[in-house]
Amino acid sequence: MNGTRPGFALPRTGSAAPGQVPGEDPGAVEAALELLPEDASVDLAAEREAAGVDAVLAALEGELVGLDPVKTRIREIAALLLVDRLRARFGLSAEPPNLHMCFTGNPGTGKTTVALRMAELLHRLGYLRRGHVVSVTRDDLVGQYVGHTAPKTKEVLKRAMGGVLFIDEAYYLYRAENERDYGGESIEILLQYMENHRDDLVVILAGYADRMEAFFTSNPGMSSRIAHHLEFPDYTLDELAAIGSLMLQRQRYRLSAAAEQTFRQYLARRITQPRFANARSVRNALERARLRHANRLAAGTGLLCKDDLVRLEPADFLASRVFSEGR
Amino acid sequence: MTITQGTFSYLPDLTDEEIALQLGYALGNGWAVSVEFTDDPRPRNNYWDMWGLPMFGLRDPAGALHEVNECRKAYPDRYIKVSAYDSRHGRQTTALSFLVNRPQ
Repeated sequence: MNGTRPGFALPRTGSAAPGQVPGEDPGAVEAALELLPEDASVDLAAEREAAGVDAVLAALEGELVGLDPVKTRIREIAALLLVDRLRARFGLSAEPPNLHMCFTGNPGTGKTTVALRMAELLHRLGYLRRGHVVSVTRDDLVGQYVGHTAPKTKEVLKRAMGGVLFIDEAYYLYRAENERDYGGESIEILLQYMENHRDDLVVILAGYADRMEAFFTSNPGMSSRIAHHLEFPDYTLDELAAIGSLMLQRQRYRLSAAAEQTFRQYLARRITQPRFANARSVRNALERARLRHANRLAAGTGLLCKDDLVRLEPADFLASRVFSEGR
Repeated sequence: MTITQGTFSYLPDLTDEEIALQLGYALGNGWAVSVEFTDDPRPRNNYWDMWGLPMFGLRDPAGALHEVNECRKAYPDRYIKVSAYDSRHGRQTTALSFLVNRPQ
């Protein structure tokens, strides 16, 4: 609170606005609502700058490799919200856009990361008031006995208001094989809130493509209430290598020239093997390489320089199961 | 006779926007908001019925305001108040409480 504390006094009817929060200038609210005249023009660049959109988009570009269709859609959404803000300045109000989304893609394609970025972006553009992400799975939404589900789901929805509700593996909400399952009740409440609290809350469903498809087939109402269906494509070999080097950079490691070749060979083999989880597999591979690297250093004797502690060698990857099985 | 109880009770009834601002202030302080109702608003009556559990972990007033409106819908003829509980060690008490609904 700023300023001096106002003294107690009986309010005179018709004078100062009742219930006004101390320290908050009522004029500020009115000034923001003042409309621009018909012939005025607005500066798009200044508005972008003010919203800080570019910083988020740049972070998205820098941190996430590939995912072009997803990035394109995010840029489109950002543009739409930006233009909506400008339109509002002229009093051209439109319905707030429906921004509920569905992310489908194989494991490790960056769905959760994008959801976090999306929340930040929507917050900066003024669509969300807080921009926090509440990440939940079936357990958090569906109750265990009759009458348990509704309060549970509502509580989660209330916590997510002002931000993003991220439902991971959303297809588990609905279990077709068990008709006494409480998941359906949860979905019904979810739909109701998605419709009635559109400006308070953005719901993002995430899951694997084929199972989400089945989920939407059995819940057509859900599919039609979600405007944006984003597909996360699998990464190519080059993208995986780029992801790997980004991860290493962040952990202050680097690959020797020979190891870079080996790492690519490793990825090429790993892609064809079962249970490949894109970026997550890359991270696991690097974790194991670090392990072998540390082991190699610990086994040796003599002096180590800084470069030894940073550099990963082909041997750190060649010991992997991926190479031995392929032969 | 207008019942005066809790904060702001000498003011005209708060509008929803004003209630949302107050709720936002409470949440900003880390207080947990809860909604209670009664048909017996005597000052000595501390035992108001709870409308759901206190809302811990809320970030935005919209959730709490939604509950206030749900409660109004269910009990338009009762007194409804919002209280904000400060759970910090050393305080652990109601920090703010105000009426949001009076029977017409």
